[in-house]
Amino acid sequence: MNLQTNPNKGAPSGAAVAKADVDSIVVRFAGDSGDGVQLLGHQFSQETALAGNSLATFPDFPAEIRAPTGTTYGVSAFQINFGSRVVKTAGDQPDVLVALNPAALAVNHKGLRKGGLVILDSGAFKERDIKRAGFDVDPRTDGTLKDFRVMEIDISKMALEVAKPFGLSQKEALRAKNLWVLGLVSWMYDRETNSTLDYIARKFGVDDPIAKANVAALKAGHAYGETHELAGDVAPVQMPSVKFEPGTYRLVSGADALAWGLVAGAQLAGLEAVLASYPITPSSPVLHILAKLKQFGITTFQAEDEIAACCAAIGASYAGKLGITASSGPGIALKTEAIGLAIGTELPLVVVNTQRAGPSTGLPTKTEQSDLFLAVWGRNADAPIPVIAACSPGDCFNVAIEAVRLATKYMTPVMILSDGYIANAAEPWRIPSMADYAPFKVEFRTDPEGFHPFLRDPKTLARVWAKPGTPGLMHRIGGIEKDYNSGNISYDASNHQKMTDTRAAKINNIANDIPEQGVEVGETKGKVAVVGWGSTFGPINRAVTNARAQGLDVSHIHIRHIWPLPRNLGQLLKNYEKVLVAEMNNGQMLTLLKSQYLLDAKALLKVSGQPLKISEVESAIRSVLAS
Amino acid sequence: MNVQTPPDKLTAKDFASDQEVRWCPGCGDYAILKSMHKALADMGASPEKTVFVSGIGCSSRFPYYMATYGFHTIHGRAPAVATGVKLAQPDLDVWVVTGDGDALSIGGNHLFHALRRNVDLNILLFNNEIYGLTKGQYSPTSRIGLKSPSTPMGSLDSPAQPCVFALGCNARFIARGIDVQAKELGELFSRARAHKGASFVELIQNCIVYNDGVFDGFTAKDVAAEMQLHVKHGQPMIYGKERNKGLRLNVQALQIEAVVIGENGITEKDLLVHDEKNRVLAGMLSALRSPLFPEVLGVIYCDPATSYDSAVAAQDALARAKGPGDLDKLMRAGNTWSVT
Ligand code: SF4
Repeated sequence: MNLQTNPNKGAPSGAAVAKADVDSIVVRFAGDSGDGVQLLGHQFSQETALAGNSLATFPDFPAEIRAPTGTTYGVSAFQINFGSRVVKTAGDQPDVLVALNPAALAVNHKGLRKGGLVILDSGAFKERDIKRAGFDVDPRTDGTLKDFRVMEIDISKMALEVAKPFGLSQKEALRAKNLWVLGLVSWMYDRETNSTLDYIARKFGVDDPIAKANVAALKAGHAYGETHELAGDVAPVQMPSVKFEPGTYRLVSGADALAWGLVAGAQLAGLEAVLASYPITPSSPVLHILAKLKQFGITTFQAEDEIAACCAAIGASYAGKLGITASSGPGIALKTEAIGLAIGTELPLVVVNTQRAGPSTGLPTKTEQSDLFLAVWGRNADAPIPVIAACSPGDCFNVAIEAVRLATKYMTPVMILSDGYIANAAEPWRIPSMADYAPFKVEFRTDPEGFHPFLRDPKTLARVWAKPGTPGLMHRIGGIEKDYNSGNISYDASNHQKMTDTRAAKINNIANDIPEQGVEVGETKGKVAVVGWGSTFGPINRAVTNARAQGLDVSHIHIRHIWPLPRNLGQLLKNYEKVLVAEMNNGQMLTLLKSQYLLDAKALLKVSGQPLKISEVESAIRSVLAS
Repeated sequence: MNVQTPPDKLTAKDFASDQEVRWCPGCGDYAILKSMHKALADMGASPEKTVFVSGIGCSSRFPYYMATYGFHTIHGRAPAVATGVKLAQPDLDVWVVTGDGDALSIGGNHLFHALRRNVDLNILLFNNEIYGLTKGQYSPTSRIGLKSPSTPMGSLDSPAQPCVFALGCNARFIARGIDVQAKELGELFSRARAHKGASFVELIQNCIVYNDGVFDGFTAKDVAAEMQLHVKHGQPMIYGKERNKGLRLNVQALQIEAVVIGENGITEKDLLVHDEKNRVLAGMLSALRSPLFPEVLGVIYCDPATSYDSAVAAQDALARAKGPGDLDKLMRAGNTWSVT
């Protein structure tokens, strides 16, 4: 982050640096889970996107819906990195921290960049609140914040003052705090607040007292910035917009892009779809979004459990629709046996795994990439399926389409790996046009001549898809091994060998139907390749770019098709003296690559529930180069 | 595989697949299969519109022996798979074949929800009070004290009563039949199929290998008439070889009692008259057990309500009435900006 090279060392920074120095800024909003921090962050992101900046966000919230007020475990935070150059991560270190109570300060001040700006709601710093947050003494007076610039504003009081006249209770009026902050921050970064005003009107209606109070708070926060001579301390900053590729843009979250991608995939396949899911964090938004898209030929079903969800999706596929089930790690574990049934009966099925930190319940709202083994190897018997990982919120769209394509073309379950970070984060996204996608229409078998249910396409090895209701094609399928030549039950040993080999060959053959592995940044050979997959794309990409700018011989390889792996990957990796695998788990991609290519790879592994940082990847690159 | 277009009027044979049936000789499943072949032919069912979905267990091999569509799934999950089939194609005639272990042990949750939701499935629970396929362990319907490989000193847990369970799940159709009673089964299958919504049928099925004769107390020829009450809507509840026994309601005790016509001044007028729509009565009848009472057979409860799959289809149709969705438009709704 170039703010660190600010020559004005130790001086006020963040918003206070000279305009010319700012090409990106990281702001972190933090408060109680009831303070509306996520909404604040989301609206600020929306304003920032509309201002034409590049951005990445990181909503970081607790598992509890409303933990006791003022506690550190009830702190909800939202981080945004925005800039006039392309931003690839939500930022290693915030430049600005807005802390709406002492607990928010306690949890977040350590991450703040030295010299960064802390904006505090002093109205929330009563002695009791301070104790509750675990401070023995007031952190504002004991030197805790000596490395930062601190701006204390009694935000609570000001929100109350503007909101109360609309007839709101004390409690309701206090909830306008988030809009007050948004007003102030919008002023600091010269953001238009129209999209927020629209949002409030849509949500509450113009005449609602809550709407009026929120609008008043937003304006008051903005006016505060203008009139309180913050200039000099916190001068407003103008950030030029990024030169994006031409097109129409919007902010998109991973959950939105994934849901739309599934709809797009179904349309391209010429199918209607049934999504069967069971509520689970952080996957539920996919169910919520698709439940509203019934007019797209999507039927949604909230099943009684994860197993039933997967089974109902399989039933739908058997009956000729596209079966989809979405969950997170623990739920995917439950679906495992049913996925095996779809493998054995060779039915298309899209399984979305929005990974979270584990094992077991783990950290439901925190991100991790630790279901790679589960996806690739986590089933009884020899049960291969294709696995594709999304690298960013917007990328979920194309990954979902690719998953539908492979599932229907090869009659197989396909697992999509996303994660909590991708699902919740938002980024500016060039909205695709459906006309740019080539359809891959499914052909159902209708001809009884020579039919049996396990007739295969000689090229793809996919079996025929004949749906109930088709005259003359009545057939039985099931989990018992099928005879290769008739589809009837078979306990024959050599037939089982042949069927197992065929199922494996079918999936391996997909390597010829996916793009060859490319290099994101750098050369196709050299000293070091940093290999990543999934949501670590951003930090690795930026870190490798930075390292190359410093003259280091390093390249970035991002693996999208986790299984089967791209056919040239093994050869490509051998072109580097050293391979560094960076991932948010204890070495799963590392193990996969070692097992496939007998590589002697190094690893940067992190399972803290937080995304990888650019600086962590940079220092790992340096130590690999030095080793 | 038979791929010829079937003739107009199908016979029982047209519903039998070409696969060799592999149940133990003498297994009650054979009789049920035969009744089903005939019943479907009699009902004029269409093989391509009929789907049999099963779980795991001896009875769950059923689909392989039907010349219809069939899906032999995984243990306990047939109701969930069948729900998916119905969501995708509500017009199909979907049968679920399951057993006491499959439906009430590993799959209890799915049976509960399929019944509660009232998915239009015909669910046949083959109850033989034993795990046959895994070689004779006691099942959730086995009687207390059953000695089995897993309970050498006798089983300890209280058995489930399938029809009582189904009623507790708010099933709207509950019936009971015996494997070998072909005529009655034909009627039950036809009623179950006609009922829109989840139809639950418990089939008393003799496992000749691991639990032979366990139902003899009411199925054996010499006791059958005395120990079986075949209920019919609107008919008094009379049974017995002499047709002189019946059930009446003891209002004070709120209990059903077995009585003899002619004894203690009891006449036919005192007997209960079956009312398929009476849920309280259904509860009482489902819980009666021999030898204190006759075992109640036939359609115990039938009170149709909107099926889940038809409600889903209606909601989907409502959403689609405004025309198909436009994805390009959807993705451009809300805050967007252009870069030129
Ligand atoms: S074990 Fe029992 S239930 Fe199973 S096929 Fe044999 S007789 Fe029938």
